Amino acid sequence: MDVLFLARFQFALTIMFHYIFPVLSIGLSLIMVIIEGIYLKTRDPIYLRMAQFWTRVFALTFAIGVATGIVMQFEFGTNWATYSRYVGDIFGSALAAEGVFAFFLESGFLALLIFGWDRVGPKTHFFATVMVSLGAHFSAIWIVVANSWMQTPAGYTVVGEGMDARAMITDFWVMVFNPSSTIRLTHVIIGCWLAGAFLVISVSAYYLLKRRHLEFARNSMRIALLVAFFATILQVMSGDSSGKVVAKYQAPKLAALEGVFETQSGAPMTIFGIVNTKEKRIDYAIQIPNLLSYLAIGDFNAEVKGLDQVPPEDWPNTAALFNIYRIMIGMWALMFALSIIGMYLWRKGTLEQYPWVLRFMVLSVVFPQIANETGWYCAETGRYPWIVYNLLRMSEGLSKAVTANQVLGSIIMFGFLYVILFFLFIYLLNEKIKHGPREEEYDASTPYHGLQHLIKETAHVNPL
Amino acid sequence: MLTLSSLAFGWFTIFVILLIGYAILDGFDLGVGLLHLFAREDNERRVLLNSIGPVWDGNEVWLVTAAGSLLAGFPDIYATMLSGFYIPVMALLAGLILRAVAIEFRSKEKMKWWRWMWDITFFIGSFMISFILGWVLGNLIRGIPLDDHKEFIGTFSDLIHPYTLLVGILTVSLFMMHGSIYLLMKTEGELHDHLRGRATGSIIFYIIMYAVTTMATLIFMPHMLDAFRQRPEFFIFAIINLLAIANIPREINKGRDGRAFICSCVNILCLLGLYAIGTYPNVIRATNDPKILSLTIFNSSASEKTLQILFLIAFIGIPLVLSYTIAIYYIFRGKVKIDSYSY
Repeated sequence: MDVLFLARFQFALTIMFHYIFPVLSIGLSLIMVIIEGIYLKTRDPIYLRMAQFWTRVFALTFAIGVATGIVMQFEFGTNWATYSRYVGDIFGSALAAEGVFAFFLESGFLALLIFGWDRVGPKTHFFATVMVSLGAHFSAIWIVVANSWMQTPAGYTVVGEGMDARAMITDFWVMVFNPSSTIRLTHVIIGCWLAGAFLVISVSAYYLLKRRHLEFARNSMRIALLVAFFATILQVMSGDSSGKVVAKYQAPKLAALEGVFETQSGAPMTIFGIVNTKEKRIDYAIQIPNLLSYLAIGDFNAEVKGLDQVPPEDWPNTAALFNIYRIMIGMWALMFALSIIGMYLWRKGTLEQYPWVLRFMVLSVVFPQIANETGWYCAETGRYPWIVYNLLRMSEGLSKAVTANQVLGSIIMFGFLYVILFFLFIYLLNEKIKHGPREEEYDASTPYHGLQHLIKETAHVNPL
Repeated sequence: MLTLSSLAFGWFTIFVILLIGYAILDGFDLGVGLLHLFAREDNERRVLLNSIGPVWDGNEVWLVTAAGSLLAGFPDIYATMLSGFYIPVMALLAGLILRAVAIEFRSKEKMKWWRWMWDITFFIGSFMISFILGWVLGNLIRGIPLDDHKEFIGTFSDLIHPYTLLVGILTVSLFMMHGSIYLLMKTEGELHDHLRGRATGSIIFYIIMYAVTTMATLIFMPHMLDAFRQRPEFFIFAIINLLAIANIPREINKGRDGRAFICSCVNILCLLGLYAIGTYPNVIRATNDPKILSLTIFNSSASEKTLQILFLIAFIGIPLVLSYTIAIYYIFRGKVKIDSYSY
């Protein structure tokens, strides 16, 4: 196996695993801010219990997010050293800004969030929650800016040649607001909100099915359904704008996503079909005429560039992209349908009479996760063969000093660690959900570390 | 307007400051990780772990930011270092993951084997991180073989030199001492008295390692002395360092744990200061041809424009970071109390 394949595989493995967690943190942090805001206003203790429960879940996702996130930063240097040299001048300032503005904010105030309930007043605690949420959102900003620059580079100039070529920054704000960064950021953040909202919907639906913690579940469900409802609507709008940017700046990516082999005016939208890369066509296609031209460019008769514009060896994996892109859209449709049904039944007050809806809701936690992962798969492999679009090829970005065995060894190590990590995450999340929110002042089954009874037992023996 | 070389010098200074911040802050929680197995019962161990509970995550961010600042300011150094030190870096990452997982999970179940398993994992993770950071630093002092495209051309065996391993062990002993003094500050009563014994042991261990490493540097790494020959005033760092180290046992005997901790911080600052002065302007020394092939802060820096932006980010960001870091340490000041939110 060659180093390029292994390095790409390793990046895909570590980033896809990492990406389960920050989306949950960002989404949950929004919901925590809403819940604690309501608590501050109403002082209703149910909201305090809700805030504490979701904070505990947040802490779990955050811890794994940090541990797997450090890996990503170092991987740029270990596996993609030439890429790091090439983009360091540009990428580096975004990463440094992420560290200074986002990570410190998030991890600093997280201490108050988790350990500070008894140490600071409710207002200070709310402030800490807002700061953590801001930090989480900031971290998304900088990393998406850096990634967007790789998709649509701007504000740079290339100096040097061959192995010594480097991209150098000429205008920081043009780099930050490159053509795709705002819209991709919006799309990513809304995806995170959906992940948080559907986690809350799922857990609340589970409690409603089991007839446990009803007050907690109903209140959480109401807030999460509202967030999910608005986020799904916003998401289709941002997805549409994002598609237009891709059509404008990364035509081959759009062509691969939509299975357009030949450049054509008034291109149809393929609803269903099987990509036949060999024959360069789509078999059994069900198409809506002219729709793709309208969606991508805003004119029913506009010309959509096809894969014929680039040499076949530079084609992204069209069959995979075409299908995986449709999985993302399918997930959106499921989330949209569920949030509409949920909102409707909720307004009527009959949601709890439909166990099948609740069961569907329990399952729904995976929909945004699949949508987020598949969306990123399309964004990243759609860029093939470029690591920085039209500037640097993936094969050129590799580390020179690294051998295939080293990469393979580290893949095995990460694979092993991440399998353990994933099962522990599921196990602990499950424990937290089974224990549920704290119902009274001293509940021995408190999920977060579950140790209160120990303190009570030992209190009279040991002053610690 | 500042020139490129003074910008590069300034940014390298910021990088070293971040590294010192990391070593001082994460140093004590790595030290706690190295020492917590010595606790006599579970409750004691929880006190030790909770002394770092609210802050260890934030401390690790210093490493992330230091690495980010290196990538931003010196992309070539970042690239050469991480790809050259592939195996140590991967092991470091494994250590970081293991440690984070262990502290999160150990108190979630009451079974004895469960807690022991995670406690040992926490120790291993802490040891790996401390040792590898020192080992890599040792390699930066000694140098690695490089080609004229700034690429590492050696093999893994080039990284295993007795001197570099010695610096790794020195770092372990340094963090053990630092952590033990931190624990003295954060504990009280019987546990505090028990930990004093541990602190004395780790201080002795550190002083021995420090003496051995200093001798080894003087004998085997003569290039570290060039800067001091040219600018003898830098010897002040070595003298302050000696005084700070000597003062630690004295302060502990007098029961002034806070002051001992400050001395330990000064010691870390001086050590990294001496390292930076000794290797300047090289960051990655080329063993095959140090004069021509070494990566210096001048031949590997980012562009002037980027460094200017970085300074702007630092000037806005660092005061903010410092103010809320201090605020959070203030809120969690004093001796550790276990409550319902603890680890």
